[in-house]
Amino acid sequence: MEVDGKRLSLGSSNIVLRGCELKNTNCVVGVAVYCGRETKAMLNNSGAPSKRSRLETQMNSEIIMLSFFLVALCMVTSVCAAVWLNQNKNDLNLLPYYRKLDVSKGKEESYQYYGWGIEMLFTFLMSVIVYQVMIPISLYISMELVRVGQAYFMIKDSRLYDEATNSRFQCRALNINEDLGQIKYVFSDKTGTLTENKMEFQCASIWGVDYSSAKTSLENEQVEYSLQVEGKVLKPKMKVKVNQELLRLTKSGFANKDGKRIYDFFLALAACNTIVPLVIDTSDPTVKLIDYQGESPDEQALTYAAAAYGFMLIERTSGHIVIDIHGERQRFNVLGLHEFDSDRKRMSVILGYSDNSFKLFVKGADTSMFSVINKSLNTDIIQATETHIQSYSSVGLRTLVIGMRDLNASEFDQWHFAFEAASTSMIGRAALLRKVATNVENNVCILGATAIEDKLQQGVPESIESLRKAGIKVWVLTGDKQETAISIGYSSRLLTSGMTQFRIKSNNRESCRRRLQDALLMSRKNMAAPEVGNYFEGSSDSVVSTPMALIIDGTSLVYILDNELEEELFELARRCSVVLCCRVAPLQKAGIVSLVKKRTADMTLAIGDGANDVSMIQMADVGVGISGQEGRQAVMASDFAMGQFRFLVPLLFIHGHWNYQRLGYMVLYNFYRNAVFVLILFWYVLFTAFTLTTAINEWSSMLYSIIYTAVPTIVVGILDKDLSKRTLLDNPQLYGAGQRQEAYNKKLFWLTMADTLWQSIVVFFVPLFAYWGSTVDIASIGDLWTLSVVILVNLHLAMDVIRWTWITHASIWGSVIATFICVTIIDVIPSLRGYWAIFDAAGTALFWLCLLGILIAALLPRFVVKFVYQYYFPDDIQISREVEKKARNLRVNGDTHIEMLHISNPQR
Amino acid sequence: MATNSAGSNDPTVNRRQTKRPKYSKFTQQELPACKPILTPQAVISAFLIVTAIFIPIGVASLIASRDVVEIVDRYEAACVPSNWTDKIAYIQSGADKTCKRELHVEKRMKSPIYVYYQLDNFYQNHRRYVKSRNDEQLRDAGKGNSTSGCDPESNVDGVPIVPCGLIAWSMFNDTYSFSRNNNNVTVNKKGISWKSDRDHKFGSDVFPKNFQNGTIKGGASLNETIPLSQQEDLIVWMRTAALPTFRKLYGKIEVDLEKGDVINVVLQNNYNTYSFSGKKKLVLSTTSWLGGKNDFLGIAYLSVGGLSFFLAMAFAIVYFVKPRQLGDPSYLSWNRNAAGQ
Repeated sequence: MEVDGKRLSLGSSNIVLRGCELKNTNCVVGVAVYCGRETKAMLNNSGAPSKRSRLETQMNSEIIMLSFFLVALCMVTSVCAAVWLNQNKNDLNLLPYYRKLDVSKGKEESYQYYGWGIEMLFTFLMSVIVYQVMIPISLYISMELVRVGQAYFMIKDSRLYDEATNSRFQCRALNINEDLGQIKYVFSDKTGTLTENKMEFQCASIWGVDYSSAKTSLENEQVEYSLQVEGKVLKPKMKVKVNQELLRLTKSGFANKDGKRIYDFFLALAACNTIVPLVIDTSDPTVKLIDYQGESPDEQALTYAAAAYGFMLIERTSGHIVIDIHGERQRFNVLGLHEFDSDRKRMSVILGYSDNSFKLFVKGADTSMFSVINKSLNTDIIQATETHIQSYSSVGLRTLVIGMRDLNASEFDQWHFAFEAASTSMIGRAALLRKVATNVENNVCILGATAIEDKLQQGVPESIESLRKAGIKVWVLTGDKQETAISIGYSSRLLTSGMTQFRIKSNNRESCRRRLQDALLMSRKNMAAPEVGNYFEGSSDSVVSTPMALIIDGTSLVYILDNELEEELFELARRCSVVLCCRVAPLQKAGIVSLVKKRTADMTLAIGDGANDVSMIQMADVGVGISGQEGRQAVMASDFAMGQFRFLVPLLFIHGHWNYQRLGYMVLYNFYRNAVFVLILFWYVLFTAFTLTTAINEWSSMLYSIIYTAVPTIVVGILDKDLSKRTLLDNPQLYGAGQRQEAYNKKLFWLTMADTLWQSIVVFFVPLFAYWGSTVDIASIGDLWTLSVVILVNLHLAMDVIRWTWITHASIWGSVIATFICVTIIDVIPSLRGYWAIFDAAGTALFWLCLLGILIAALLPRFVVKFVYQYYFPDDIQISREVEKKARNLRVNGDTHIEMLHISNPQR
Repeated sequence: MATNSAGSNDPTVNRRQTKRPKYSKFTQQELPACKPILTPQAVISAFLIVTAIFIPIGVASLIASRDVVEIVDRYEAACVPSNWTDKIAYIQSGADKTCKRELHVEKRMKSPIYVYYQLDNFYQNHRRYVKSRNDEQLRDAGKGNSTSGCDPESNVDGVPIVPCGLIAWSMFNDTYSFSRNNNNVTVNKKGISWKSDRDHKFGSDVFPKNFQNGTIKGGASLNETIPLSQQEDLIVWMRTAALPTFRKLYGKIEVDLEKGDVINVVLQNNYNTYSFSGKKKLVLSTTSWLGGKNDFLGIAYLSVGGLSFFLAMAFAIVYFVKPRQLGDPSYLSWNRNAAGQ
């Protein structure tokens, strides 16, 4: 490629992949290398699976049931029609209300009659048309509307707004709102989700001495190191907490031996990295900020820390670095840089001093570092450092060990030669470089260790505790190593000291299998004991027994998933209230989610923030993306996106709970609403010689699900709340209603259908008997049926509404009034058959008495059952509602505010 | 320093508007609301109120229904002379159809006394039947030719029928005349149909045309000099009945009938219900505020009222025997479990 006449070669290092951010340059000249189906983006895009909520899946099975019911009704109608035709076969010609005989064309022929078989078919088809309301197509539309409304409220909820990133809750999928109320498993990423992914330098152990910034009295004082250069002030962008003692030591010079160690330590921190310092102008021309940019947040934290202690990295080019050490600018040649790779788990840099001496600085994970450290030297210091590292990681800090080695000239030349050869070789460059690195990273003398805090996000421990109380199993899937994961587990209260832990970490199949089986046995024993006592309580939930935790690492997981040990793993994991999976690859995350999804009917939720969580987010029933630091891939793949992990609690406990309760009720209500109407039509058909005459005006039939009854169910579906936010947050156990599917299940469906049958019988037969043998015409009795069914279904809804806001009132009573108006309007159109019927009918006392009788008699059983259930078999929601009401009454009466649900937290 | 850094941030803050959702009671779902709870007291009193309303209404309805005096005379079988064994042949024949009946008044009947004919097993709500009419033609003289939907009774030899369709064709044509002690009792046949029908549905300038001229005669003929809006029997007949057993108003007797009176009825038994074994009844009935004689509503109200009284009592007893304190957190499932341990 030619730019300005110069030839440039493009290699793999020039490739900018998707998701990269352009930095340190103002412009870029781009060439598209490939943009077909096999780009990284396309390959990763496994096609977001279309998700359907569980409620909807269940609902669909019920709809199939309703379809069978519909077919049955049609069959009954058509068979009866055929039987009737057969019985009256001989009379049909002259039957005054049938008159098959047609002589108008001059000869005798049948008018619209093709034998009972065909007539039966026609009747069947016609009845499908008449009864098709049975399948609530409008339900799908109202469900969508309700979900939009629910999404609106979720987005508008100020509890879900994140101040820090200025981001609102995002509802990216509209069809799984109600799944939020049924979650049983939460799969969470660690970094960036539980933690902030903001690294903070916390402690240093230098030459066996522990300098913990946290332990100093001036713990919160953040010292800002600044530097005067040519009349300008340079200072690092981030402030770091420092240890005063250490700061004093660094300021006192490096002459003595301790000082030398400290000097080397911070030099290593400042030099051994791939950070690029960027000088940013501020509004004050004399002040410049130095922003350290690099790929690893750990390195950034270390560099900032070094800067705070006076070792400020000012410039980095490919050949040298400039470090300002307490006002003194020093230039080091960077002779070689062995980048971090996951096999070595360390990186090193070789600096050439101005006096032609060479030093190798290494930093890396403790395990890998202790293997290259010269154990014969300074054993006590190594031991001291090791204990420090232990104590650091036990409080959840990420540790790195720093080492140094002086290279003499011959060693350097040897290395240099090998390095040059390796870095210019065309094949196997990476492997050669690694070999060179391993060769030189040897006999390292320990300098010390650093500890970086991966800060937990705000409210994470509390959230996790709430989730656990709600019976949600929290699984943490992380790429971190086991110790870190466990320490984060403790700090986030995921793990508690009372838990039985099973750790599975092994490197071969057999031991893996053995471990797993041992753990399973143990867990069974653990379960068996408390379950005896629990048996009579009727609760088999494992919450009451000693909680167990499973900690498993990626390699073991590979063996287990390969090895048909899935069943055992799942069995074990199901008993554990906490599962920590460490060192797992992104794809394994998805594998674990699908393992759970395959084996249980329970709902799963995955939450994560990075690109490595995308597969997991897509796999889970509900994917939640954290719009955090690691780009937007997770958000793009998610169904819901929010700013912080702790928002999960209000999202699930409040919105999830409400959405589920609302939608569950709405589906049942819609089934009922349409079925009761169809049944009334059906009963009437039995009295019309099975000919599908509808007493209810066609217009009214059409408007029934559009105007007469549509609005209240949508309003209730959006606005009704069974419990207040506070109660729901205070009592996470209430979330169990969704997990146990209390708002929508087969039993409720059949109960509702039984109720439907009764109500339709009352609505139909009361007018039938009251008007039997009277002069009533079709339109009048049809109007009575229309009005009574509409008022009935609206009253039915009104009976179940929990919170009456003015909107609810307006919609329900408005619908009733609208129905009266519509029926009246239909009856003043002279061309329609029912002309003036409503005025005639409504002028009689019989009409109104029928209406009143129907309403009371139809709702009576439901009312009784509802009351008996609520009063004698109250569920948690009902009791909590009463508590709320009681508390409110007390407040209104001016009594002291009683502590709500003071014993709601059982003693542990 | 601090001011400087704040200064540098200010423009960015202004540029990037905060996305914090605006607080309102609506968006935070905190609208003031009434949250009624079914307390036993409320439920019991609701049932008592229902009882208090339904029992009196039930009693009143029953009394009203019992007050109605009704004479029903089924005549379709008795009005076939015994020498005709084939009833259908009789009704289709040209023989004299006059039939004499005697009605005994068991109880004083106050005017107005409504005269109905009642047909049983006649499906005026048959889908084929209810559609077989053309409302435009009935209303508008200019639309006399529109006979759509009227087949097979839309025209005779290509000439449209007014009123067309099966409903009009099958119009009831038995006639009744009443006498008491050899004095004629007049039957007022004016105003038996709905005023709205006369005014708007049946045109005052539409005259019957070509009616019952076909080969098959279905029922009554119409006087072609009288406009449809005054053919009240037709108007009544064309308001199709909702149920297979129905009455239609024939006329009103505007004198009181005393107890023990014998009413002689001379009727023309023209209408063919024999082919579908339908019953024909002549009904004389007074009326009450609730309509005709029908005990159903009274009984229904009494039983609902009684049931709710029973429920109120049952709930009251259970409430006193085994009350549950509302809103007692110890009933919560997790507290119950904790207590059980």
